[in-house]
Amino acid sequence: MADPVRTARRAPDTGDRGWAAAPTAALCADAGGVVLALNEAARTLFPTAGPGRLLADTVAGWLAGAHDRRAGDVVRGEAGERAFAAHPIPHGEAVTWWLVDETDARVAQDALVREQERTAFLSDASAALLGSLNLERCMEVAARLAAQHLADAALVLAPTTSGTYPAVSCVRGEEPARSRLEIDPDDLPGLGEALQGFPPVPSRWLDPDAAPGWVLPASFGAVGSIVVTPLPGHGVPAGALVLLRRGDRASFTDQEELFARLFAARAGAAMSAARVFALQASITDTLMRELLPPTLEQRGGVEFAGRYRPARDGERIGGDFYDVHPVTTPEGDESLAVLGDVCGKGLDAAVLTGKIRTTLRALLPMAGDHHGLLSLLNRTLADGRNARFVTLVLASARREGADVRLRVTCAGHPPPLIVRADGRVEEAGTHGTLIGVLPEIRTTGADVTLAPGETCLLYTDGIIEARGGPLGDAMFGEDRLRQSLTECANMPADAVVERIQMLASQWIGRGAHDDMAVLAITAPRGQHLAAVGGHGRGRYTA
Amino acid sequence: MSTPTRTPGVAEHAERLWDAVTTGDEYAAGDVVIQALGDGADPESLLLDVIGAVQRKVGQEWAANRLTVAQEHAATAINDRVIATFGYVLKRPDPHLGRVTVACVDGEWHAMPARLLAEVLRLRGFQVDYLGAQVPAPHLVAHLHRTGPDAVALSGSIATRLPTAHATITACQAAATPVIAGGAAFGPDGRYARLLGAEAWAPDARSAADRLAEPLPRPHAGHQPLDDLPHLADQEYTLVTRSSGRLVKSVLAGLEERVPAMRTYSDLQRQHTAEDLAHIVEFLATALYVGDGELFTGFLTWTAGILTARGVPAASLVPALELLEAELRDFPRATSLLRDARTHLADPAHRSGRPA
Repeated sequence: MADPVRTARRAPDTGDRGWAAAPTAALCADAGGVVLALNEAARTLFPTAGPGRLLADTVAGWLAGAHDRRAGDVVRGEAGERAFAAHPIPHGEAVTWWLVDETDARVAQDALVREQERTAFLSDASAALLGSLNLERCMEVAARLAAQHLADAALVLAPTTSGTYPAVSCVRGEEPARSRLEIDPDDLPGLGEALQGFPPVPSRWLDPDAAPGWVLPASFGAVGSIVVTPLPGHGVPAGALVLLRRGDRASFTDQEELFARLFAARAGAAMSAARVFALQASITDTLMRELLPPTLEQRGGVEFAGRYRPARDGERIGGDFYDVHPVTTPEGDESLAVLGDVCGKGLDAAVLTGKIRTTLRALLPMAGDHHGLLSLLNRTLADGRNARFVTLVLASARREGADVRLRVTCAGHPPPLIVRADGRVEEAGTHGTLIGVLPEIRTTGADVTLAPGETCLLYTDGIIEARGGPLGDAMFGEDRLRQSLTECANMPADAVVERIQMLASQWIGRGAHDDMAVLAITAPRGQHLAAVGGHGRGRYTA
Repeated sequence: MSTPTRTPGVAEHAERLWDAVTTGDEYAAGDVVIQALGDGADPESLLLDVIGAVQRKVGQEWAANRLTVAQEHAATAINDRVIATFGYVLKRPDPHLGRVTVACVDGEWHAMPARLLAEVLRLRGFQVDYLGAQVPAPHLVAHLHRTGPDAVALSGSIATRLPTAHATITACQAAATPVIAGGAAFGPDGRYARLLGAEAWAPDARSAADRLAEPLPRPHAGHQPLDDLPHLADQEYTLVTRSSGRLVKSVLAGLEERVPAMRTYSDLQRQHTAEDLAHIVEFLATALYVGDGELFTGFLTWTAGILTARGVPAASLVPALELLEAELRDFPRATSLLRDARTHLADPAHRSGRPA
């Protein structure tokens, strides 16, 4: 055993004011854990410690333990309310421990870690919330994130104009559940205000016992604290976020409430963006419905089929259009197929096609006289202030026995091609001037008879002018279209348009292209009429 | 003998439907399905083991040149209407499972597998939005935002559409919707579905419907296409794809110099050769995209098989590959793919006839 007196002599000079009054606590102990000396700062920290006493009895356990282990490393621990790094300085058999106060650094470090976690969470949350423009999906993401990071469970409510509120609730570790709540939001203090966008009510004002049953997810248990946070939208309230903590967890701190509000700002922005998108999408859908190409089907024993691909892949409409109308003429009932191409692309062109299609519908009683109908349309368009023109082809179709009789008239449009049953391809002998430019138009119509399995194909120039092919810069051209049609003898109308559109699209590959429309009029093969129509109810359901 | 799900006479029904669709008889085709349903056949089995089986046979017979293009299209169109009939006469359950969007990869023309899956999912009680073939990714994504489905089922049969499929998968995931992929394009073991980051893969409609009964995992936010395929950073795929037309032109010119017979080709023959070359470049680009040499070698082996069947020696592909290799000498991954494929073709022991 070391002699305490001898060791003490080797210890720092305890009589020196520099040591005794040092601002950093220091205490010296021998190999046996007996205190040899300590300065004033150390005495303040460990009031019962003194020379001759055992470390184990008088100082913090972590320090006494480190001394016994003789590890020689810096150890960290707390004494009183403060945190210290204890640096051992060995001299002989004794060790002097210098206790550097790092409480402030520790607090700052903890705060930094917490802030980093929050920043990461907010960044992840933003990414997750921004992904979807669907309101229910956004609410699910918000509820899940809130339940994972802010509370034990979360309830997200969206404002409503009806009596039921769209809601998503989520318990930590579980899947979010959608519901529609028929509630009075004022039953939960603060919720009514939050849904109207008033400032949040601090959580301590909420009595968990007063919370109505619909706030609690099933089998959640006793609620400890509740926070209601408004979700701020773009100028309007986007909804409210209700955070729930179980009974055994401490209530929300000011920091946590502030943080919940930061999250709510993001969730609210995402939810209101989703609401705006849904509103716009429904407006677009309504306006677009009239402009979309119709679904064609067999009519009066004649097969009709159409395909349309707009110039811009992101859009569903453009400057090409087609329709098939039932009409009554002095010669009896028939169908009028119309295919046209207005100048220009995109929405402006689509709006013009809408006007032309409406005008044509009004002119249907004249469908027996193609030239007369086109002349009237020409006058209507040419009178317009912003003169825009259209090329058209009209085909009146009527079934006669197994054949289909057609009257075809072109106005500034490529003449239709006719595929005979043996694969020959002919051009309909019709031509005429385009519509909407000159005060008078000239047209020459043609009569065509289709035998069963034969098709008359109406198309817009987007098909033949498609650029691409294996070399990347060749036009699809009329020759290739005729060659493709040769293979289409005896195909149903639907298969013909599908094949032509497929070949043109494959020709284009990744390249840019114009609007492309095709419409096939086919005399059906076989004796059965509309045995299995794709759309009518058919004989099986009669 | 029968099992509860496979009613007796499946093969018989399939045979009758085959006769009806190949003779272009819609009326008879509709009758086959109506009668089978009346006899108490299982609807799912009718869809997959009768209509689906007939459609597969149509594809095989067409590939084997035993059906004309017109017959193939007519048969498909009739099958399509038969499925529509099916929808009218059969009572489907009210949707009580999740909502699923069924779509084909853009540029895909084989819509039938997706259509069959949509019908099977409806029968099982899913709420289904069937978007069909030729859906540009922006439309699909807009649809996802509008409807917020639980999953997207993406169908693809053409391997060269894999880059597009990848863009579509990533776009769906960015819209917080998980994707289940299926179809021949994703490989017989679904390897490309995994590679492109799809949440799930299914070999057929039944297993897809089974898999969708459990929710798919949530997609990760902030996922980028480059995360799945870091090799794309070398730009080889991009550069080969963008210069495809020029590559075909140079190889065509080089072939005319090397192969005297080509100088007397008709315009149509020249066009066919150009189309074949464009196809080779397209498969090369796809192999560069997925970083899988087998995709390219498999395609060439299959092409060689077809050439041999037409009486053209498969070795005729070698000069084209050599010329391509010379054109692409600055692209290490491309040249290595071309060299491997050439070695493979030159050594018939490696060739086993069937495509990958």
